[in-house]
Amino acid sequence: MNTRFLTGNTFGTIPQISTIWSRRDLWETIKIRWSVGRMDYKIEPGIYAVGNPGESSPVFVTANFKLTFDHVRRALDGMDAWLLVLDTKGINVWCAAGKGTFSTNELIRQIDLVGLEKIVNHHKVIVPQLGAVGVSAHEIKKNTGFSVIYGPVRAEDIHDFMEAGMKATKEMRAVRFTTWDRLKLIPVELANGKYYLILVPAIFLILSGLNPKGYSIDMAYHDGLRSVFILLIAYVTGCGITPVLLPWIPFRRFALKGLLTGWLAAFILVYFHFLGHWYLEIISWFLIIGSVSSFLAMTFTGTSTFTSLSGVQKEIKTAVPMQIGMAALGVIAWIVSKFIAL
Amino acid sequence: MNGLVYLKNVVTLELDQEKCNGCRMCIIVCPHAVFAIENKRAVILDKDLCMECGACEKNCPENAISVRSGVGCAAGIINGILKGTEPTCDCSGSGGSCC
Repeated sequence: MNTRFLTGNTFGTIPQISTIWSRRDLWETIKIRWSVGRMDYKIEPGIYAVGNPGESSPVFVTANFKLTFDHVRRALDGMDAWLLVLDTKGINVWCAAGKGTFSTNELIRQIDLVGLEKIVNHHKVIVPQLGAVGVSAHEIKKNTGFSVIYGPVRAEDIHDFMEAGMKATKEMRAVRFTTWDRLKLIPVELANGKYYLILVPAIFLILSGLNPKGYSIDMAYHDGLRSVFILLIAYVTGCGITPVLLPWIPFRRFALKGLLTGWLAAFILVYFHFLGHWYLEIISWFLIIGSVSSFLAMTFTGTSTFTSLSGVQKEIKTAVPMQIGMAALGVIAWIVSKFIAL
Repeated sequence: MNGLVYLKNVVTLELDQEKCNGCRMCIIVCPHAVFAIENKRAVILDKDLCMECGACEKNCPENAISVRSGVGCAAGIINGILKGTEPTCDCSGSGGSCC
C-alpha cells in the first residue's frame, strides 16, 4: 500500500500526512486519469492528522481512493485537522456513496474503530456533500452521537467553507460539469474501450480483404487500414468529442447527440473521399459510424453529473434497438459492398 | 448547469409536504438545487433537474421524500439487464474503471 504521503510524525498512534503533492503524486494523478492501474490506488482506511491537530480540531471524512484523498489533503493545506478515511474499496465519494460503501454503516464503524470520541472533544464530523447519497445524517447522530455537517461538493472550497463558519454557499453545494471537468474525463473515456479497441478493428482489417474474386491480402491492407481509421474516428467522436461539446450539441438524449456528431464526422470523411466511392459502402459507413458514436455517447450518461436512472432507462429503450439495428445493417451492407463494388 | 438538462417528466421524486418539518436537510444535500423552502416547508422547484441520487430521501428525518434512486448510467443499466440484476456500474471489479 502506498504510504509516501506520510510525514513520519505521529500524534499518539495517528500518522501525520503531507498536504503537498510530490512529483510522484502528480504523476500518479495523470496515470489514474488515463485509467492506468486505476484500481490499485487505495489508501489505508482510518484516521490521519493534518498539520498539528488537537482535540478541538475539525474532523473531515473522505474516501480511500487516492485521487480523492490527494485532493482533500492538498485542500487542507495550512489547517490543523483530522482526516477520517472510510474504506470505499478505492472508489471516489460519490460513486462509493451510490454503491453503498461510503455509507452510514461504514462511517459508524470507522468512528468506533478509531475511537473518535477520545480523539476530539466535540461531536461533529464534516462529510463531503456528495457523501449524502450514502450517509444518513440523523442515523449517524442516533448511533454515534456525532452530528454530520455536510461540507462543500469540492475539496477546493473547504477553506472558504471553514472561514464562513462551516457554511456552504449555493455555489459550493452545486455539482458542476464544466468543459474542463469533461476534458479531464476524456482520457479515461478513451481508455474504456479496452480490448474492443483491438478486436473490432482487427475483424474489419481481416474482412477488408474480401472481394468478388475471393480474398486479397493487398486489399486487406489498404482498405483495412482505411476501415480502422474510420472506426477510430467514430470511437473518438463518440467518447471524446461528443462529451466535450455536450451542452452545445442539440437534443437531450445522449444517443442522439452521439448520432449527430458521428454523422457530422461521416460527412467530413465523405468530403475527403474516405468512405469509398460506392454508395452502398458510404451508406454502410454512415450506419456503422452512427451506431458506434451513438452508443459510446450514451455510455457517457454514467460519467455525467445530471442524468437520472429513470431518464437513462427511458433513453436506452429506444436507443439500444436503434444502435443494434444500425450496426447490423451497416456491417451487412459493408460486406455486401465488398462483393458488388467495382 | 446551462445546457445540461436531461429528459423531461421522467423523474420519480415525490415530496409529502404534510410530513415536512422544514429542517432544510434536502436543500443542503441536493447537488442540483431541486428544493427550496416556502412557508417553512420544502417545495420542489424543478423536478426535471433531479438526477435521482437519493441523498434527500436518505437525509430526510421525517421520511417526507421518496425517489427511486440509482445510477443514471447506460452501461450500468444494460449490464443489469444482461445479468438480470439491478442497474449497477460494476466499477470495483478487477481492472475496471470507475464511473
